[in-house]
Amino acid sequence: MAKKIYETPMLDELEKGPWPSFISGFKRLRDEHPDERINTVVSGLLGQLEHSYETRKGYWKGGTVSVFGYGGGIIPRFSEVAEAFPESKEFHTIRVQPPAGNHYTTDMLNQLCDSWEKYGSGLITFHGQTGNIMFIGTDTDGTQEFFDDINEYGWDLGGAGPCVRTAMSCVGGARCEQSCCNEHAIHRHLVNEFVDDVHRPALPYKFKFKVSGCPNDCQNSIERADFAVIGTWRDEMKIDQDEVKAFVEAKGRDYVLDNVTSRCPTNCIKLNDDNTMTVDNHECVRCMHCLNVMNKALSPGDDKGVTVLIGGKRTLKIGDLMGTVVVPFKKLETLEDYEELVELASEMIDFFAENALEHERTGEMIERIGLVNYLEGIGVEVDPNMVSAPRQCSYVRMDGWDEEAEKWFARKAEQAAS
Amino acid sequence: MALADMRSPIESGCPDGFQYMHPVMRRNFGLWKYHEHPRPGVLLHVAHSGDKIWTVKAGTQRILDTFTLRKLTEIGDKFADGYIHFTLRSNIEYMTDDESKVEPLIKALEDAGFVVGGTANSVAMISHTQGWLHCDIPGTDASGVVKSMMDELIDDFKNCDMPNRVHITTSCCQINCGGQGDIAINVQHTKPPKINHDLVGNICERPTVVARCPVAAIRPAMVDGKPSLEVDEKKCICCGACFPPCPPMQINHPEHSKLAIWVGGNHSNARSKPTFQRLVAAGVPNNPPRWPEATAIVKQILKAYKEGAKDWERINDWIERIGWPRFFEVTGLPFTKYHIDNWRGARNSLNASTHIRF
Repeated sequence: MAKKIYETPMLDELEKGPWPSFISGFKRLRDEHPDERINTVVSGLLGQLEHSYETRKGYWKGGTVSVFGYGGGIIPRFSEVAEAFPESKEFHTIRVQPPAGNHYTTDMLNQLCDSWEKYGSGLITFHGQTGNIMFIGTDTDGTQEFFDDINEYGWDLGGAGPCVRTAMSCVGGARCEQSCCNEHAIHRHLVNEFVDDVHRPALPYKFKFKVSGCPNDCQNSIERADFAVIGTWRDEMKIDQDEVKAFVEAKGRDYVLDNVTSRCPTNCIKLNDDNTMTVDNHECVRCMHCLNVMNKALSPGDDKGVTVLIGGKRTLKIGDLMGTVVVPFKKLETLEDYEELVELASEMIDFFAENALEHERTGEMIERIGLVNYLEGIGVEVDPNMVSAPRQCSYVRMDGWDEEAEKWFARKAEQAAS
Repeated sequence: MALADMRSPIESGCPDGFQYMHPVMRRNFGLWKYHEHPRPGVLLHVAHSGDKIWTVKAGTQRILDTFTLRKLTEIGDKFADGYIHFTLRSNIEYMTDDESKVEPLIKALEDAGFVVGGTANSVAMISHTQGWLHCDIPGTDASGVVKSMMDELIDDFKNCDMPNRVHITTSCCQINCGGQGDIAINVQHTKPPKINHDLVGNICERPTVVARCPVAAIRPAMVDGKPSLEVDEKKCICCGACFPPCPPMQINHPEHSKLAIWVGGNHSNARSKPTFQRLVAAGVPNNPPRWPEATAIVKQILKAYKEGAKDWERINDWIERIGWPRFFEVTGLPFTKYHIDNWRGARNSLNASTHIRF
């Protein structure tokens, strides 16, 4: 069938200006791609998108499309204006899990292009907001065929719907001096333990893992993940005094006082008269600011591990929530350490599955039942690092005080002995 | 196709990234010593072993067509040993251990129309969602808004001379998939949903929709003899949470779905604890194809930030130091009753002190 070209005066405006234009890319697929199927589909898409721009409305509705054996991983889209733009009446997105850390070879990307051009529209995004590679636009048959093709050479679907979602990790140890953990290993240990929960949505709502190698939290894990893992260290930060002196010499003492020492949230870093630095590591909260400014001179310590924060999410339904500390510090060196982390995640997902209301995220469930009930449910002891301040209001029943205090002292004694 | 012929999936999950990692990065995994920023768009990382790797970062249109992706891989083959990394904000990064390839790589990217930058104190690529292109509930487009804004902010992406980095996000509904940002441009509906009572009973699971409302404004009702839902419009906050589970409750409107602008979201723990973004402007027209009004406000905020903030202050740090009254003064944005929070925990945002700047 000869493809119909729709007029797109509004979209054409987006071909102007210096930033690369996605509309120009769409038009290349419509006009220059050797496969007529792609020309046609993208032509319909351009027509529908122009219609959206003119009327300021979206015209896609969801539905039920998946691949054989799975219940999720596809974002089904059927056009509500298919009569006017029949070419792209089915335009599903396939969510594919990226490799940990988002590394690719050009050969692999070209291979994915080959597969996608065989079955899909030719539009791809690296990556969607959850972290998936988004292969945007194919019909129901194409969904299965494309998946069968790429699944054979190592790619699997991500999560969509109420399930464990595709995880994300920063570039981390691959190319960052601040990395305090093996982000890629944590990412894969966690999410690959739950492939069944990724592919067959059966939870109350979504559950996301994100891994950042240091407290700069480049993955926004505290604000976006139900289960945030962030690298940190508990011994002394490393100071290369020669590099400190070189920095002070290059930038001047005033710059260091204004931009390093005075920005320390706990005033624990000091510039000495001889242009060396002293850090009171006991007071340092590992905020990363001084390490960011003087990354040649200051580095994380050697006794590295992770902090786990639980319950971050965006606005729906009770408003934004940040994750809160549930594990202040955990070493991740041996396979047993990793297994313990996975076990903790498993407890949390089980508790979530059994106790959350429909469409309630972990953070909202904790808000509803209280952190203490949650901790008891997953078998984690309380810790003062979990709060920014203790209880403020006296309206609470506390007749279990003596037992609880005893537990604290028993735990302290146990820690001292080990 | 008969069921017996269907292929069972290989549930391989998340692939190992090490197989796709540049060999210098693989060899020095976890062993990097420091990095430098030789010029905007370029990072130099030095490992304890003495190995060095240069990274060149570029912005793209994010929704890539295969022609563009093949062009990007061709550049990677020629100048970067065939390895590519994508950042959280969908920038592409090329790595090479050969310094002499850096300038030709930059030239090849720029000649092909990509934008080298986005490192250090830049206005980074705007992270965005799907919008009209592919979402089922969008109030606006995503790629178009971002293209229009990046056309205007391109120098701040290329020059990296802001006080600290600036992350901008957009979201096409109030669920806010775009996430937290130093500046966030999000859809804000201003009228309750328009209900098609003929369809609700057949399409929507009514108890689910009732439960989804954050302010309990929805209740089951019989309308014209048909089971439907009704909205208490005095209670309704026009958030649109009912629309995804019940498409006949149309929340999007060409005029009444506006944009709001929020600032000060910061994911990092550096200096202060992470912060959520705060409302600064609303009622901004959702005006395709170029959204000039929203871009103008973003530029106003960026100008005030660039002039007023000290080195290393993110937007939230800067406002924390100068105070919100000064923020509204220097940006020229109106302060209204809508800026005073009334959601749960709102009291924590009130000033219970005499700390006032005169």
